Amino acid sequence: MKILFSWLKDYVDIECQPLELVDKLFGAGFEVEETKYLGQDIEKVVVGEVTSIEKYEGTHLYICHVNCGEYGADNVILTGADNVFKGAKVPAAVVGAKLPGGIEIQPRKMADMMSYGMLCSGGELGVTEDWIKGADVHGILMLPSGANVGEDIKKTLDLDDYVFDISITANRPDCQSVLGIAREVAAFLGKPLKEPDYSFTRTDVTKPEISVEIEALDLCPRYLGDYIYEVKHFESPQWMKRRLSVCGFSSIDAIVDITNYVLLEIGQPMHAYDLDTLDGKSILVRRAKDGEKITTLDEKERVLTKDNLLICDKHKGVGLAGIMGGLNSEIEVKTSEILLEAAKFRRDNVRKTSRALGLHTDAAARFEKGVDEYGVECGMNRALNLVEKLGVAKIGNSHFDVSAGEDKGEAKFDVTVDKVNSVLGIDVPKADITRILKSLMFGVEENGETLSVTVPRWRTDVENYQDIAEEVIREYGYDHVIPRFLDSAKVTNGGLSFLQNKELSTKEYFCSQGFYEVRTLAMYSEHELDMLRLPKNAPERNVIKLLNPITDNLSILRTVLAPSMINVIADNIKNDCSAARFFEIANVHIPKALPLTEAPEERKELCLGVYGADETFFTLKEAVEGFAAANGLTFRFERGECSYLHPGICADILCGGVKIGQMGKLRYEIVNDLNIAEGKKSDLSIFIAEINYSAIEGLYKREMKFTADNGKLKAKRDISLICDKKTLCVEIEDVIKSVSAKAADVKLIDSFESEKLGLGKKSLTFTITYADNDDVTDEIADSETDTIASALNDKLGAVRRV
Amino acid sequence: MKDFSEIKEQVKQVLGEVADGVQLSDFWQKYLGKTGVISGLMKEMKTVPPEEKPTFGKAVNDVRIWAQNLYNEKQSEIKEYELKKRYERETLDVTMPALKRPTGNLHPITLITQQMISVFAGMGFEVLEYPEVEDDDHNFTRLNVLKDHPSRDMQDTFWLTEDLLLRTHTSPGQIRTMDAERPPIKVLVPGKVFRSDSDATHSPMFMQMEGLVVDKGINLCDLQGMLDQFVKQMFGDGTKTRLRPSYFPFTEPSVEVDVSCFECGGKGCSLCKGTGWIEVLGGGVVNKKVLENCNIDPEEYSGLAFGIGVERITMLKYGIPNMGMFFANDVDFLKQFKA
Repeated sequence: MKILFSWLKDYVDIECQPLELVDKLFGAGFEVEETKYLGQDIEKVVVGEVTSIEKYEGTHLYICHVNCGEYGADNVILTGADNVFKGAKVPAAVVGAKLPGGIEIQPRKMADMMSYGMLCSGGELGVTEDWIKGADVHGILMLPSGANVGEDIKKTLDLDDYVFDISITANRPDCQSVLGIAREVAAFLGKPLKEPDYSFTRTDVTKPEISVEIEALDLCPRYLGDYIYEVKHFESPQWMKRRLSVCGFSSIDAIVDITNYVLLEIGQPMHAYDLDTLDGKSILVRRAKDGEKITTLDEKERVLTKDNLLICDKHKGVGLAGIMGGLNSEIEVKTSEILLEAAKFRRDNVRKTSRALGLHTDAAARFEKGVDEYGVECGMNRALNLVEKLGVAKIGNSHFDVSAGEDKGEAKFDVTVDKVNSVLGIDVPKADITRILKSLMFGVEENGETLSVTVPRWRTDVENYQDIAEEVIREYGYDHVIPRFLDSAKVTNGGLSFLQNKELSTKEYFCSQGFYEVRTLAMYSEHELDMLRLPKNAPERNVIKLLNPITDNLSILRTVLAPSMINVIADNIKNDCSAARFFEIANVHIPKALPLTEAPEERKELCLGVYGADETFFTLKEAVEGFAAANGLTFRFERGECSYLHPGICADILCGGVKIGQMGKLRYEIVNDLNIAEGKKSDLSIFIAEINYSAIEGLYKREMKFTADNGKLKAKRDISLICDKKTLCVEIEDVIKSVSAKAADVKLIDSFESEKLGLGKKSLTFTITYADNDDVTDEIADSETDTIASALNDKLGAVRRV
Repeated sequence: MKDFSEIKEQVKQVLGEVADGVQLSDFWQKYLGKTGVISGLMKEMKTVPPEEKPTFGKAVNDVRIWAQNLYNEKQSEIKEYELKKRYERETLDVTMPALKRPTGNLHPITLITQQMISVFAGMGFEVLEYPEVEDDDHNFTRLNVLKDHPSRDMQDTFWLTEDLLLRTHTSPGQIRTMDAERPPIKVLVPGKVFRSDSDATHSPMFMQMEGLVVDKGINLCDLQGMLDQFVKQMFGDGTKTRLRPSYFPFTEPSVEVDVSCFECGGKGCSLCKGTGWIEVLGGGVVNKKVLENCNIDPEEYSGLAFGIGVERITMLKYGIPNMGMFFANDVDFLKQFKA
């Protein structure tokens, strides 16, 4: 919000420097995001009086002799502008002057004659017509004849001033105005606030036809209407135009300018309706009908719903409540009677309407944050005061005040000094608390240690001792807070839980295996599921959609992490990284029902992705098995099927008999679809594993026990087999373990294929370790091995090689 | 009496020429073995007159011992030599890279998260995690962010249904904790949060860390004291905090917490934009309405709460200029964070 320094000074005697004020505002909770000096970059430009002027024959120039007071009584300045005349007061940039845009004035030769300075236009000084009359004319800016010769132009043009852009927190709607900030400034400077002039006089003239009715009191708890007549249309005085212009409003005509001026000054948006255009001279505030239309002042037609609040006359909408007036009731030059409106509209309703229609106005911005009923009254009174002061119109005696009766006047409650200090943790003396509250215009009555506090009507945010504590510390100063290290809090048990530690050590394990941890966004799009070739009925297709995504690319919550991983790999390939390993642990969101009726299941998934010349299915499997082993778990791998993995290089991962994930080589058609250079796709092997990490969390061993070796003999035997190429290693292991209870460990140590073995055959060699409660003698080991060999032959047709 | 000087000369000479283990072993065979030259001398015993036999025997034995000693010396010489040769032979270019595959590392956000957690864990904070999908009640209403309040606009929400949403902050963790536990409470809630915002300093998903302390007599001084400890451990011993007024519906008073610039020590630099201070987090005294919403009596207990943006701290600590880098997962970026 823009606040003009000189405007603030109307209400508080500010003696400190503007930049000092910025610091103090910051300390009180009002961050000044930008401080702009209006006379920025203007130096040594003064009021000059043209003492003589003559045409420089043969050129388009004029030779002026300019009296600049202490900057020289007779400066010869050439100008090309032809609106200069003898006796004119003009802005003269003398030698050494600076102008906006980095211009520096030096003596210079123009058509063989030296010019010692420059006469300036409004544009060259960065001022507009609203700032000073004549600023936009073609030629040199003509100053009022009374201007003081030699005076710094910044003073003459009121450029020696600052604009602060202040950010206002959501709890302080009362500070969205010059007056609101002035109250705060007065408080922290310890100066009295000079209230704006709210006085005016009504005539006896009434307009009995006018009626004001509020149908939707829930959305419009207060509505003031005032009748003014004999409206004159003229330009606002320069001081008003100047202030409006600095704050971003262009001047239209006095009555309209007054409404904007009051919005800036008091923070109350106002609206003026041309009474002639109101059918039945009536105002009805109601919800719009679904599909009802209104054309707003910006000449756009808006289609409304019953959630939008509409100001209507007897037949039609004439204004979009709190946001923008209707074009049909606009003030025009012929307007002679006006109904002035100052109202309070429900903040969330204005916000919703403004958002829904994409119509953001200064009025809406203030209503959205909230206006208070005191401000509604002040706004109307101030507007009428200005109407009278500027002679814009006469103020009739027809005035309306419709209220839902929400305003309970000033809130009162008791706080104790102790209670306030208990929030702050320091001892602010009672006298200081009282002083501070009074400076913020609270009423305070002291009864011993209890303070009866009366809250100003505009401070709707203050309700209890905590709010009072904040007011106190804001003014008393946060530097009075004494850092204390939890003196009163008991010693508590802190740190990571068992599972949090496990997750961290899991991440560290994968880092040690060469994986980089990645973080990807929790949203992606249906496109990612298509990329995985997931069938239409795949459970991963049951996704939660965002109602208001910022982009289609981020429109659903993930049910599987693999696409994010594939994208990370693709991005790195694009960046010429030829090999890498990545992992991520993140939530997927599995809806319990669609449409969503309750919070979804949030499940942690572990996704691994590796690629590069050295990577194979088994390099990834090594990492996965190592992870299991490091945690005392055993994973079982079976041949699996997965829409995005190579049909022959895909394994289901099981733990405790339950499938917890799958891994394998990314299908070539998916690689082919990746947005990477064709040349990089050939020979590209990407391997992906996705594991339900939450399931593993339930399998972690929480207790460990030492088991002594039973001291019995163990035995090892190797067994070599010739079997069908399609026989899986895991099938053989299963048979071995099923027929021999003593086979404590089975490990494949060799495998090969050869023509000598026969077509479609392979050789596998396992080392079997036998252990038992008794000694495993050589005889037992041999007989176990024989039993195993014959079982393998029976069940899998595997032949023992001798 | 034979003095075996000839044999001795021979032994000396042959042994002198021995250069490796194989030759040494040959030497042994030839001179000291059962069928060797020295053993052969004993065969001459029968030609020696009986009275000289003991002397002869002793002399032969002396030669054997003498030769054995010489052999032992040579043997250790050869062993030493061979070991030396082996070392020479096996010498590697130890500056060649060790592993085919470099070690990976944690994501910088995880690193900073863990660093922050360990600071607070040391203060006795329990670490709790809560759902990313929240409802209006926990994310807003019970945190005193009422339906019509403009502060709902401070956080642009991703909605899933009229009631369910992606949490916009970790503050619902305050409610969930106070629903489940009674004071004294000291919890830290790290987690992903979501806002419909995306530019150089905003990402639709980022990491936040909520802190909540509820006990008897907790106040604003405790907040600053605790955060003082936190920033000292995160940014260095000389770091100071500064509180300034702010607004969050769930705390009153609410503060922004600035730290003295750890780059310039407060003199003013580009990192702190010349102010000497850097905004790092927000917090305040828990609003009594929030305690009441969780059935904790504000007359008996009070609390403090704070929320820290992990990405912001990470960017400050590591000098990362753009939020997007965290989610681009470029190896050249990731690999820099080995700690």
